[in-house]
Amino acid sequence: MKREDIRVAILRIEGTNCEEETFRAFARLGVNPEYVHLKQLLGMDCRKNERRDIFDFHCLVIPGGFSAGDYVRAGTIFAARIKSKLSKELKEFVIQEYPIMGICNGFQVLIELGLLPGIDEIISDYPKACLMTNDSNRFECRPTYLKCENRGKCVFTRKIKKGEIRLFPSAHAEGRLVLLFGKEKEMLKKMEENDQIVFRYVDPDGNYAGYPWNPNGSVDNIAGICNHIGNVFGIMPHPERVFYGYQHPDWTRHGYREFGDGRDIFESVVDYLVRKL
Amino acid sequence: MFEVSISIELKKGITDPEGEATFKSLHLLGFENVKSVRTEKVFKVLMEGEKEQIEKEAEEMCKKLLTNPVIHKYRISIREVEHD
Repeated sequence: MKREDIRVAILRIEGTNCEEETFRAFARLGVNPEYVHLKQLLGMDCRKNERRDIFDFHCLVIPGGFSAGDYVRAGTIFAARIKSKLSKELKEFVIQEYPIMGICNGFQVLIELGLLPGIDEIISDYPKACLMTNDSNRFECRPTYLKCENRGKCVFTRKIKKGEIRLFPSAHAEGRLVLLFGKEKEMLKKMEENDQIVFRYVDPDGNYAGYPWNPNGSVDNIAGICNHIGNVFGIMPHPERVFYGYQHPDWTRHGYREFGDGRDIFESVVDYLVRKL
Repeated sequence: MFEVSISIELKKGITDPEGEATFKSLHLLGFENVKSVRTEKVFKVLMEGEKEQIEKEAEEMCKKLLTNPVIHKYRISIREVEHD
């Protein structure tokens, strides 16, 4: 399929605030992104011509922000609204191997929805993990180093080699990945086997390290994961904020390069869709 | 009319960063005999209907929205209240 025919839905509800940068990342790659308020998918409070269906799109993206004010728990209300009416379609969308990405708040939504970790099922009835308040009890906001751990399963990182270190900005208060108490080892082992671990936080030398390099205390320093199929991906830091070289905080010290570390995330999924469709 | 109090706590073994930050601050303020601090959140939901049905629905609310079973445990208590 031609790039300009690929349709990407950039989902939002009240409180989403990273939709513009996420939209632009896709637009710059020649595909066809569209802002879609959840109401348009639910058919509530919208005009007939605004009505949309999940299958109108080839890719769904849930951008960052503070959807519903992070009330109850970050991402919970967005997830509950999606699950209330779209569970079946979402499951089918994933089974047909269309990609879904959640960035920051979007990752929180995918966890609360049960689409991630997606170890041995497509969508779980109740969450099997949680993105909790950071250990520091603070909103942590700064560039973070991520090491790519994926061997090729995740469709959003195929342009990035395993072992490469990328810089993506983190900006979150609830980013600590927590797995079912007592079952962490078992879950992590299965995720490793399934190639579901996508990014881990590292220090500037590429070593796994605690705070401040891991800004939230996430289990096993995990910053991003995908489901067992590789088409649903969640990441806490923001690749859309480093699409261009000059968006890196230290570019004046390292020389100009046109594209930043984040572009490959978007390029990978666009490439996947061009070949798949 | 019933007032349903849904009280949500973190499970034992899950770090409570807000509780820990509060504990440190209390010590700094001079409350040195404080041993630990844990937080609890309460939702007060006013509902109409039969008590049994309300109990069932409160459980559903916890499972579908209010709690994440990975980190939370909850307690539901129901009391009858006057219509306003």
